[in-house]
Amino acid sequence: MSRNSLLEDPRPSSFLEKPSEDTSQVTDTTGATLAGFRSAEDLLIPGVEDVVEESTTHHKPHGSDPINDQTMVLNMGPQHPSTHGVLRLVLEVDGETIVSLAPDIGYLHTGIEKTCEAKFYHQVVPLTDRIDYICPMTNNLAYALAVEKLLDLEIPERAQYLRVLFNELTRIQSHLVWLGTHAMDIGALTIFLYCFREREDLLRIFEAVSGQRMMGSYIRVGGLSVEPPLDIYDKIRAFLNAFPSHIEEYEGLLNANPIWMGRLKGVGYLSAENAIALGVTGPPMRASGVDFDVRRDMPYSGYEKFKFNVPVSNDGDVWARYIVRMQELRESTNICLQALDGLPEGRITANAPKIILPDREQMKTQMESLIHHFKIVTEGFQVPAGEVCSSVEAPHGMMNYYVVSDGTAKPYRVHMRNPDFATLQALEVMCKGQLIADVVAVIGSIDIVLGAIDR
Amino acid sequence: MAADPITNPATPPSTSQAAVFGKQAVTDALADHAAILGLKDLIVDAKWDRKELTLTVAPETILAAAQAARIAGYNFLEDVTCVDWYPTEPRFQLTYHILSHTLKQRLRLISRVSGDDPRIDSITSVWPSANFYEREVFDLFGVHFPGHPRLTRIMMPDNWNGHPLRKDYPVEGYR
Repeated sequence: MSRNSLLEDPRPSSFLEKPSEDTSQVTDTTGATLAGFRSAEDLLIPGVEDVVEESTTHHKPHGSDPINDQTMVLNMGPQHPSTHGVLRLVLEVDGETIVSLAPDIGYLHTGIEKTCEAKFYHQVVPLTDRIDYICPMTNNLAYALAVEKLLDLEIPERAQYLRVLFNELTRIQSHLVWLGTHAMDIGALTIFLYCFREREDLLRIFEAVSGQRMMGSYIRVGGLSVEPPLDIYDKIRAFLNAFPSHIEEYEGLLNANPIWMGRLKGVGYLSAENAIALGVTGPPMRASGVDFDVRRDMPYSGYEKFKFNVPVSNDGDVWARYIVRMQELRESTNICLQALDGLPEGRITANAPKIILPDREQMKTQMESLIHHFKIVTEGFQVPAGEVCSSVEAPHGMMNYYVVSDGTAKPYRVHMRNPDFATLQALEVMCKGQLIADVVAVIGSIDIVLGAIDR
Repeated sequence: MAADPITNPATPPSTSQAAVFGKQAVTDALADHAAILGLKDLIVDAKWDRKELTLTVAPETILAAAQAARIAGYNFLEDVTCVDWYPTEPRFQLTYHILSHTLKQRLRLISRVSGDDPRIDSITSVWPSANFYEREVFDLFGVHFPGHPRLTRIMMPDNWNGHPLRKDYPVEGYR
């Protein structure tokens, strides 16, 4: 119903489920050109020093042209509410128009990759929570998948379904944070309160499952940390049944809102070619017309058993990203319901007593389990040497974990490819020639988390 | 049945499971693989392990290899990162993950550079998205990328001493 209402919007929108043959056209223009990207030079985004240097060349000798020689270098952030964390932007503005822009990051750099190298494999899981702290379970899953690939562990189907269920709930939660803050940046405060009301329900579910509202470390190497409480499924189902009406509530406030439309439509355009060239993934890439979703195209954790659509739009502007994410909320709700309906019985951890901590009950009654527990906690478990890369579709885009093992109990190298880091590179292309106020809208639409960028 | 994420459809099932090492063995086992066909002349070493293809190229040919990978259909650069194999020489292993949206496959290109004066050509002319990733590797490992538009520190302060992700840099930092 609501998808139709989108199409009935007074302004034409080219949102459509793109047929698969169109993807070949995208790669024809981007993948097969021989001489590099047509505009590769333009896409090399400037650093902070470049912006400052260039701005001096835009000044004409003093007094020669008093009206037209004024460009100004402006600092935005790091302490600025609309940069969603500690992001500093250096803008060169001509009046209110952006001439060039450079992001300055690193304010939240905590050296997590270095810390991982000093921890046992299972001790890294809580660190992954804190990278993209809006979607901790997705980080857990990406890391767990990588280590499981190194260990060649087989994960029981029940654990896979629960992983999918909680990943999609995390996606809903993350998109709610995005919608709330994005709308608040544009000036629609009510949406923020509504979104955080629903997010609170989800955080209570996460708390009931893992003991923590946000940094749950729920998904572990080899499975899940604990069996969810029995009454949680009814609570999740109640939330999912009510949630579509909440989405309609948000859309009712936004879709026909003239301020919302005016601030979003036609702003921050990103072409499919530039999205690929600049490494943009996830909803911003799909809003630019590239039909690729890791869950569907390179399925992991049993996603091939679920039926869902991948929303794509060809508009490439902030509005298209809004539409795509709102549709993703519906699809995620759908996947969660499928996971609840099809949830099989069985174990939630792989059968690997030397890798997975035993139940407390077993540990206290069985000698063997006690030994395993002691060994895992004191000296970890050894992982066969090799290098693997796991890839998941996080709420913000494609999240990869590259784990290198040298055969010891500590990872030799852990590298996270977070979608936000690459998406930030596209900010300059999207904002050039727009107004300062549009920068705020564009930052909201790419949905970045600085914890994931700086790591 | 859904497509296996990493296995090449052209790969016979018997070879898709087992690990294959060495240039000759991999090119024989995966003769139809798009990446093998595209980078045939540039491969120095190869590895098919845990259903992931890793191709080693010489550091001088990294730009040519990146272009060849793109022509072979690997259109999306995912990331550029580095592994420090201190004290082994060549010390730094540059790792490039490249994805193909149409083939639905991932390719890992690696290249080893020496520990004294580590440098490797920038691939920003092939994929502008390498910009931030190369700055990050420069910042945290001290590998130089000739051809990069402006190689400056990205995470650490500009006046920082040392490169934190090197293995001879203490985890707690210098005090």
